[in-house]
Amino acid sequence: MSQASTELVRISGHAGTVPGAGLNREFQVCKLVDTTTCIGCKACEVACLEWNGYSFSETTFDNSYQTMPETAWNYWNLIKFDEHEREDGSMMLLMRKDQCMHCEDPGCLAACPADAAIVQYANGIVDFQEANCIGCGYCITGCPFNIPKFSPTARKVFKCTLCNDRVSQGLEPACIKACPTGCLHFGTKLEMKELAQTRADQLREHSGFPDAGVYDPPGVGGTHVIYVLHDAKNPELYGGLPKDPHIPYSVWLWKKPLKWLGNLAIVGGLAGLAWHYMRYGPKKVEPIPPDDGRRP
Amino acid sequence: MSTGTVSHANAATDRNQELITRYSLGERVNHWLGGLTYIYLLMTGLAFWSPYLFWMAAVVGGGPTARFWHPWVGLVFAASLLWTFKEWRRDMQIDDSDRAWAKAIPDYIQNEDEKLPPVGRFNFGQKLFFWGMVYSLILLLLSGGVLWYTETLPWSLRFFRYAAVLVHASVAMITIGLFLIHVYMSTILEEGSFGSMVHGTVTRAWAWTFHRTWYYEVTGRSRPGQ
Repeated sequence: MSQASTELVRISGHAGTVPGAGLNREFQVCKLVDTTTCIGCKACEVACLEWNGYSFSETTFDNSYQTMPETAWNYWNLIKFDEHEREDGSMMLLMRKDQCMHCEDPGCLAACPADAAIVQYANGIVDFQEANCIGCGYCITGCPFNIPKFSPTARKVFKCTLCNDRVSQGLEPACIKACPTGCLHFGTKLEMKELAQTRADQLREHSGFPDAGVYDPPGVGGTHVIYVLHDAKNPELYGGLPKDPHIPYSVWLWKKPLKWLGNLAIVGGLAGLAWHYMRYGPKKVEPIPPDDGRRP
Repeated sequence: MSTGTVSHANAATDRNQELITRYSLGERVNHWLGGLTYIYLLMTGLAFWSPYLFWMAAVVGGGPTARFWHPWVGLVFAASLLWTFKEWRRDMQIDDSDRAWAKAIPDYIQNEDEKLPPVGRFNFGQKLFFWGMVYSLILLLLSGGVLWYTETLPWSLRFFRYAAVLVHASVAMITIGLFLIHVYMSTILEEGSFGSMVHGTVTRAWAWTFHRTWYYEVTGRSRPGQ
């Protein structure tokens, strides 16, 4: 991130190319979650709570290993467990670590009305600044992944920060540090994409998962958390991971055309009223004719 | 005024200035309750609508405060409007004379009021404003309820969130249009209008000029030709 601020991209009055442009490593970060090597130990859940200073929430038993139905305002990292029967009748336990995806094109940020309550860093991390949050919940509507969660006591919305506080100090996120199987990786987006592709190729060619692939949905411009899935054609199997996530159409309509139409109508309306007053002036009270208007 | 009426001028002037009650105290208090709550809702709503208008939230106590009170104040506005609905809905029925008046709207816009058919207590424009606000209120309440407790809706019902943000903003825009026209007409356009909502009274001349049928009704004078 710090390199990004001083890297020259354009120089005025300069003959020739920009020295040093493009020499830097890609500085966009990425978390890779390889669902095929996750064992569902929940060490990442614990590490997340510990690092971010939240105590354990009460778990909900729903006949699975899953700690609770979905992430919570004080529980940002949740492994989703799904029993899946394959075509040959064999059973698979699909386990996907669910957390903020840190979209390149974040729906939460697009929907947010509060100045600087949500920011996106150059390294790709999308971070909530709770001090600026007004608690309206529009981010909940904007998110295609059901991630931002409202705290009724704080009246503000919280979610995974991708351990921005650690990453900015050169550390990996807490969940990565805790993972015992190495199914979690952290690095640049380019590296993680390559590693994920290699793993997916391996699964396709050697492990009997012809549909294995990488989940980095283009509908939100790609994400800074990517998955390797055994079955990339059916991401919904993994705790309802959306197949083609994008900013909801209604949020787009609301924030783009409707907003500009509305603004134009208000300004045009005010101008129209001012014009009317200057053109036609006030409506005056007329005296009543003595016969109450019987005689025109 | 033709010379034939000059001899009646003094008597007519006195009569012109006589006051008629147009709005009861309850109607006036309720009107201003609705008006003030609407202005609060407008300011906080516009703050959530555009970053360029977010300062409006600061004026009334800041973003989180505005977020907290907007729905509650919305309920007060709703109560005020529902009471108005109960009190005025009979006077606001749209009838044949309104349809005739509607055809002459261009004359009304051009201040050629003498070409308009006589109107009762409320003219067609006021009725449109009233019904526009009533129907908007229903939609604003439904969508506003979803936005108020948006976090409690389960993920499977997220469609309602998507619908609510669109409906709430679009309908609010409609009410802003109605509000601007209403404020313009009742403050600077139509003489005596604003005062009538403060003092509750209008002059006979005002009633005769703008609401002639109502004038005949409340003064007990027969209409021309009767």
